[in-house]
Amino acid sequence: MAHGNPTGWKRWLFSTNHKDIGVMYLWFAFIAGMIGFGMSGLIRMELMEPGIQVIPSVFGMNDEQARHMFNVLTTGHGLIMVFFMVMPALIGGFGNYFVPLMIGAPDMAFPRMNNISFWLMPPAFILLLLSTFVEGPSGMNGFGGGWTAYAPLSTSGHPGPSMDLAIFSLHVAGASSIMGAINYITTIFNMRAPGMTLHKMPLFSWSILITAFLLVLSLPVLAGAITMLLTDRNFGTTFFDPAGGGDPVLFQHLFWFFGHPEVYIMILPAFGIVSHIISTFSKKPIFGYLGMAYAMAAIGFIGFVVWAHHMYTVGLDVDTKAYFVAATMVIAVPTGVKIFSWIATMWGGSLRFTVPMMYAIAFILLFTLGGVTGVVLSNAGADVALHDTYYVVAHFHYVLSLGAVFAIFAGLYYWIGKMSGKQYPEFLAKVQFWITFIGVNMIFFPQHFLGLQGMPRRYVDYPDAFAYWNWVSSWGYLVTLVGVMLFIVVMAMTLFKRKKDVADNPWGEGATTLEWTLSSPPPFHQFNELPQIK
Amino acid sequence: MFPALMLVLRESRDIPDPPLGSDKRESNVMTVKRLTAGFISTVFAWLGVATSALAQSTVGGAPTDKGLWLQDAASEQAQKISDFNELLLWIIAAITVFVFVLMFYVMWRFREKANPTPSKVTHNTALEVIWTAAPVLILIGIGVISLPLLYWQDQIPETDMAIHVTGNQWNWTYNYPDYGDIELTANVVPDATFTNASARAAAEEELSSFLGWPAKLNARLLDTDYRVVLPVNTRVKVQLTASDVLHAWTVPAFGVKLDAVPGRLNETWFEANKTGVFYGQCSELCGKDHAFMPIAVEVVTKEEFARWVELQGGTITAENNPTSLGR
Repeated sequence: MAHGNPTGWKRWLFSTNHKDIGVMYLWFAFIAGMIGFGMSGLIRMELMEPGIQVIPSVFGMNDEQARHMFNVLTTGHGLIMVFFMVMPALIGGFGNYFVPLMIGAPDMAFPRMNNISFWLMPPAFILLLLSTFVEGPSGMNGFGGGWTAYAPLSTSGHPGPSMDLAIFSLHVAGASSIMGAINYITTIFNMRAPGMTLHKMPLFSWSILITAFLLVLSLPVLAGAITMLLTDRNFGTTFFDPAGGGDPVLFQHLFWFFGHPEVYIMILPAFGIVSHIISTFSKKPIFGYLGMAYAMAAIGFIGFVVWAHHMYTVGLDVDTKAYFVAATMVIAVPTGVKIFSWIATMWGGSLRFTVPMMYAIAFILLFTLGGVTGVVLSNAGADVALHDTYYVVAHFHYVLSLGAVFAIFAGLYYWIGKMSGKQYPEFLAKVQFWITFIGVNMIFFPQHFLGLQGMPRRYVDYPDAFAYWNWVSSWGYLVTLVGVMLFIVVMAMTLFKRKKDVADNPWGEGATTLEWTLSSPPPFHQFNELPQIK
Repeated sequence: MFPALMLVLRESRDIPDPPLGSDKRESNVMTVKRLTAGFISTVFAWLGVATSALAQSTVGGAPTDKGLWLQDAASEQAQKISDFNELLLWIIAAITVFVFVLMFYVMWRFREKANPTPSKVTHNTALEVIWTAAPVLILIGIGVISLPLLYWQDQIPETDMAIHVTGNQWNWTYNYPDYGDIELTANVVPDATFTNASARAAAEEELSSFLGWPAKLNARLLDTDYRVVLPVNTRVKVQLTASDVLHAWTVPAFGVKLDAVPGRLNETWFEANKTGVFYGQCSELCGKDHAFMPIAVEVVTKEEFARWVELQGGTITAENNPTSLGR
């Protein structure tokens, strides 16, 4: 490489280097995640006891405004965690940093597009944050219609400009993700090192490839749906307004045609990371590699034909519901293949319980728990009782908050030595794992009981009979808060170390992918001579 | 009695259910079922329901303190959902225990100290076929029970009467098309009413005169100023729409939940088989006061219902006389 490395702020603002961009994505996800986590803290503190007390005192609001503010918080929490925390961390962060390393490529296929992909994210995030400071429903600030933004609450229900800013935010974030996805697909199809066929490619690269396809196919539908919202709101169209021949349910179909693949977009990269960690610390190659890769492809494909299981109570035709029940349950099969293959990878292995391994094992256990409640919910007959209750909240937080987020933690601990050249403190990180593990389970397990008892989600106040498990759940948040604070301490202790202390491959014989053949941290440009894969 | 078996046996609507709720034997069966489900019995919950029986309008369906399971069923629909959900709980508990036990065994047996040299096995076709096929079989088993239940719930049988329900920001309007122009709008009873004894007495007085029999307020955020009154053992069709944004009408004890969509008329049905007050809460985010538009349904005997219709100035004819409806 002939040119010099840019330094100072230019290195980051003008960056075309996949590793620098990946690191920026991770920091971005960290900042957004802290804000989203803070919002969930306000939600849980408000729900700790019956009545409305925390939000009015925190924001200096009256009771009426606080009721709306609660909805703004749940909406913001959802949108931030999905679009600005999990996706940037797993796809933009780990994807950018490790896909080129794993496939033996010098960089991404379109480095400048990579730059704009990242730099669209901060403006998108700022737009979303701004939306909470301008008028939503008349007389109140912020959009409180849920991350799903169902019409007509998102059209006639929020006449102020807040929703327009939120729509624009999603447009920008969506454009960023689509460009990122195009970049991954091109990179993975064209820039694998000589000899690395698709069937030899590491599973994390597979997961990013499939995720990128899901993004390219689903995000334009979301963009279309929210554009229709925008024109309904501002330009007199009536796509979702029955007064003009439209139908609010159309929005739900469009949203969930994007929204269901979106949940796999969040979990497939997590599957990839967990596969690497389980294999590394079992000192065994992954069991049933092809089955693992094609299980992810199958999950991605089926993910596009199950959307209406989010809509069992909107008044769908019974045959339609029956189809979506059957299709949804099919997803359990490839997911089961993955769970059992991870266990089989560990079987006969020589297991080392490092922190990334502990997070990966916890991921498998908790994802199983969240998965089986998904099987319950897939049955439209049972979903009548559980739809829009805390059972659903518990279910999707088990697969996302304890699934995807645990995979992010696992990935960070697994690769922080590679990325920074400095290893995390093992004992403190183990303490951090246990506190977080106990905390999140304490938050979300009791929510199953609340849901079964019928507590609807997105409630700022609840009948006193729901008080006990809400109280337990909120204490769980405080335990998790300690875990998250400790996470920051552990990461600070790692990054502020004076000396780099990580060998090229600190994990030993089990770590076989190409990133472990490079120095820690890897050179600014790697693979100037492409590696040959046997 | 294994509930799944009962579920299959009860597939046809014509076979009457065993009597529910009223006798002690049934309550014991329910309690045992909870125990077998792996939970600590919700004795507290059961006692809570039993003691509130002192009031004139007993609470038939509401969440209970520290409750762990679905609310007690007060309709065949809810009973079937409860049985099915319990069967599913058994299945998913078995799967979860299987995976957890396997994981913990592997973590212990193949820890680095116990097994320093890892095996190199990465394929076992027979095993892979088994763990693909076994879930398929389990899911087919679930589907065989799930789909008939869905069709049974969703295909509305011949009903005896209908109510029209309209969701508004933030209350519910109810109409009784079969009984003249009875219309009522139910708003949440504000918190202040529960803390102020005289306001509470006034609200109860107002509710009692509306109903025609003494009534008490039972729970904050569940009680409404007026209640929907319906006859027991009568198939009721619920026709649902909304005037502004989406809402969802639900009563957990009846096993119904359906979205109220502007511009659409959705239908569902239920047949309450117990008298009492049954509560539900709006279940589709509808703005600021989403948590403050509960649903309170008072199920009474057919004779009491007829009296209430007359009290409200509704019309009773030979055709719609509630005492001749239903079973």
